[in-house]
Amino acid sequence: MSDKPTAETNRRDFLFVATGAAAATAAAGMVWPLIQQMNPDASTLALASTEVDLSGVPEGQIITVKWRGKPVFVRHRTAKEVQEAEKVSLSDLPDPEPDSKRVKKPEWLIVIGVCTHLGCIPLGHEGEFDGWFCPCHGSTYDVSGRIRSGPAPANLEVPPYAFIGDNKIKIG
Amino acid sequence: MSGPSKYTPKSAFARWLERRLPILSFVHDAFVAYPTPKNLNYLWTFGAILSFMLIAQIVTGVVLAMHYTPETGLAFDSVEHIMRDVNWGGILRYAHANGASMFFLAVYIHIFRGMYYGSYKEPREVLWILGVIIFVVMMATGFLGYTLPWGQMSFWAATVITNLFSAIPVVGNSITTWLLGGYSVDNPTLNRFFALHYLLPFILFAIVGLHVWALHVTGQNNPSGVEVKDIEKDTVPFTPYATFKDALGIGVFLLLYVWMTFFVPNYLGHPDNYIEANPLVTPPHIVPEWYFLPFYAILRAIPNKLLGVIALFAAVLIPAALPWLDTSKIRSARYRPLFRKFFWVFVAVSLGLGYLGAKPAEGVYLLFARVFAAYYFFHFLVLLPILGKREKPEPVPESIAASLAVPGASESEEGRVHA
Repeated sequence: MSDKPTAETNRRDFLFVATGAAAATAAAGMVWPLIQQMNPDASTLALASTEVDLSGVPEGQIITVKWRGKPVFVRHRTAKEVQEAEKVSLSDLPDPEPDSKRVKKPEWLIVIGVCTHLGCIPLGHEGEFDGWFCPCHGSTYDVSGRIRSGPAPANLEVPPYAFIGDNKIKIG
Repeated sequence: MSGPSKYTPKSAFARWLERRLPILSFVHDAFVAYPTPKNLNYLWTFGAILSFMLIAQIVTGVVLAMHYTPETGLAFDSVEHIMRDVNWGGILRYAHANGASMFFLAVYIHIFRGMYYGSYKEPREVLWILGVIIFVVMMATGFLGYTLPWGQMSFWAATVITNLFSAIPVVGNSITTWLLGGYSVDNPTLNRFFALHYLLPFILFAIVGLHVWALHVTGQNNPSGVEVKDIEKDTVPFTPYATFKDALGIGVFLLLYVWMTFFVPNYLGHPDNYIEANPLVTPPHIVPEWYFLPFYAILRAIPNKLLGVIALFAAVLIPAALPWLDTSKIRSARYRPLFRKFFWVFVAVSLGLGYLGAKPAEGVYLLFARVFAAYYFFHFLVLLPILGKREKPEPVPESIAASLAVPGASESEEGRVHA
């Protein structure tokens, strides 16, 4: 075989590209575990559900439970608060969502207690809308955990949960 | 600046080594015979001061790592164990924590010096960009290290900073989870932050090597901004001139460093960091370390999460574009009457942003933060490009030697004046 470069692609070019492609694929395959090891491990995922007994939470109170290392607010809303949350017009909300979509039983609001701005924990029964107020950068949430003012872009997240009894929920 | 080495090995061993690994001639050319502009002022000692601080941080950091435990249940106590039980542990930890502050103080002076004297201009663009990369890696290292004591500020700083990435559309939350190794800052986070905090200084060391290499290719800038024309007339050898000037600069800088370490070691710290991390309680005022405050003020000045995060990163990275944003052909602010004024306005705005970053983001503070943040970007994106074209510079001296001459004096008189 001559060393002279030819104008047309030949079998040697094919081998060259195929070898390069195989090496790149192998390198990518090797990098994948190195990246993937940083994602939540099995022990972190195993803590993914929590049961909460609601019978000890009087009306008007908020309790905080830990789920996946984060606080979850369980708020026993008063009839007045439920009414307030339901009558808010969607056009007043930066992240429009009706209250009914955020609860399974109107008196129980369950939201992840992490401000959607930069992850601080908002303080309950505070702020203009009597829901939550985040002390870090001043976001306020209403009694449905919806963002009303401040830099946070979204409502407090509702975690996946289910009622496993009249007074018991399972989060996660 | 380069060329065949003038180094001649003096001993038999040096001759033997030189033929096999020319490290002695390399050191001689780079740190002994290397010509430095003879008009350098004390602002040029900050390169050496920064090298010293990097070594100081690595040395104190390595010994602290011998006593620290990166596990959420033990980390806070292991730091207290360093403070109380480990021989000299309290001083070593204070030296490391204050060392980070001194490192940033020195780097900010170094950066502003480069901005004043136009050190980023052709042919030093790569040198400058490497400097910006060093600054970014320093910030990452400082942030990771601040997490390790596992106090309240550690925990919430880590939470806020990692949540910056959640602003990225679509993949933001997955990236944050990936960075944390979970759904919140927890043991996996602390573990990896410790590993990375130990790694990054050595990467920093390598980039500093490139930075110094690039410096030795282009040669140093100098207060006149005029390139070296005549090695004999314009420069003096690095040793002893720069070596001893740097040594004095380091010595004076050390006075401040040592005074802070010994007498006010917690002045720049936050009392909340002596409370162990609690994932369920956010402190009422989260304040980052002082060296992040201007950028923190810019983040909070913008009432939109994604745009705030973009502005934060843009503010850190925009200096990398300086060689192209500053359109003036004149390097040194000495000969740029308008730029000189605007430079000090920029310094004042940067310090103002630092002050506002420590204040609550409300009312008049927020208003000023917005005005200052806007001015910060205005300086780079509007002012510098226009100023370079419109400004009428003052006459630039012909050479470094001429810049030192007394006006009206002849060549021979100049020799007498500087004798």
